[in-house]
Amino acid sequence: MNTKQTEIIVGLFVAAGLAALFMLAMKVSNLNIYSQDEGYEVEAHFDDVSGLKVRSAVTMAGVRIGQVSAIIFDPQTFEAVVKMRIESRYNTLPKDTSASILTAGLLGEKYIGLEAGGDEENLKDKDRIKLTQDSLVLEKLISRFVDKFVDSGDKK
Amino acid sequence: MVLDLIQELGHKGLKFFQRLGRASILIGHILLSIPAMLPRVALLVQQIFSVGVLSLLIILVSGLFVGMVLGLQGYNTLVDFGSEEALGVMVALSLVRELGPVVAALLFAGRAGSALTAEIGLMKATEQLSAMEMMAVDPIQRVLTPRFLAGFISMPLLAAIFSAVGVIGGYFVGVGLLGVDDGAYWSQMQAKVDLYDDIYNGVIKSIVFGGVVTWIAVFEGYDAVPTSEGVSRATTRTVVHSSLAVLGLDFILTAIMF
Repeated sequence: MNTKQTEIIVGLFVAAGLAALFMLAMKVSNLNIYSQDEGYEVEAHFDDVSGLKVRSAVTMAGVRIGQVSAIIFDPQTFEAVVKMRIESRYNTLPKDTSASILTAGLLGEKYIGLEAGGDEENLKDKDRIKLTQDSLVLEKLISRFVDKFVDSGDKK
Repeated sequence: MVLDLIQELGHKGLKFFQRLGRASILIGHILLSIPAMLPRVALLVQQIFSVGVLSLLIILVSGLFVGMVLGLQGYNTLVDFGSEEALGVMVALSLVRELGPVVAALLFAGRAGSALTAEIGLMKATEQLSAMEMMAVDPIQRVLTPRFLAGFISMPLLAAIFSAVGVIGGYFVGVGLLGVDDGAYWSQMQAKVDLYDDIYNGVIKSIVFGGVVTWIAVFEGYDAVPTSEGVSRATTRTVVHSSLAVLGLDFILTAIMF
């Protein structure tokens, strides 16, 4: 086999290897979700964000429109501040959009669901979502249920 | 009697450290002669061909089958929990993090490492290396360095090809055969597989394995007893030692990375 043929085949091999790496990066990993435009950032304050993680999805009507970029604890108000990055093509969210922490499936992971309000103005960079609903903690729910059950038992 | 045992142990230990020392000197020599090697691309291309391209077929076929088996096994387990949509995540994570680099490195040691050792060992046995020295050509620079570099470059590429083909094999079985939802397979994969944590670390693993496997192969060939028996032993040692080194290093790297 002459040198030229060898070189061509080696070139193809290296190209195939790089293509495989590229495919892993683009098709398999989350690169395409956060390599896109910077988007804009909004924040929301929650009393309880247990289970939510950085890079959790931010969805609206079930469609992913962004991701959580940071979760910070505010020592003044004892609240959790969640910063989320929303893709810039979704820039028409009303100012009174509400955010709630939801669970995918019964034991699935937490994500933020946004629900549009009716305000004329739109959310802009560094705005704050005021209407929030906390993460659902199973233990709290059960204890509330048990309390109610015990109370109603006492009344009888 | 007891003294003999202790002496034997000491002898083994000393021999081990002698070999390790020779191997370290060799790798230092190889690394130092890389700059002198770089202008001679043709040598490197020739070696990438025999080390990388000729290993491609076995990597492709085993990658496909490993992915398909992961798809089948994963489906059977996940369907019990009603979460067969997570099949894509399972296949991709196991391939990218572990199976891609490790299995590709084991196959690489068997296919390319043994060939390297046999070639260099035979060159030594037929005194081709000494002949080079007589002609004032440094055999390490001329013979060993391009082979080492070729292994170092080929291994990450082969591991990436292995993982990519495996993901596609899992797709064939999971989506094509068993009826997992097409969109769920890819979207769950993209949601859970992280570029830095998973893919970069997998690539780093394969680079380390590539370096270690070719280092062992080149050293065993260069250090072989120059007889036919010596070369055959060196070839066996290459496969055994590099497989053990890959598995041991894999544990250490995994403990550090994840």
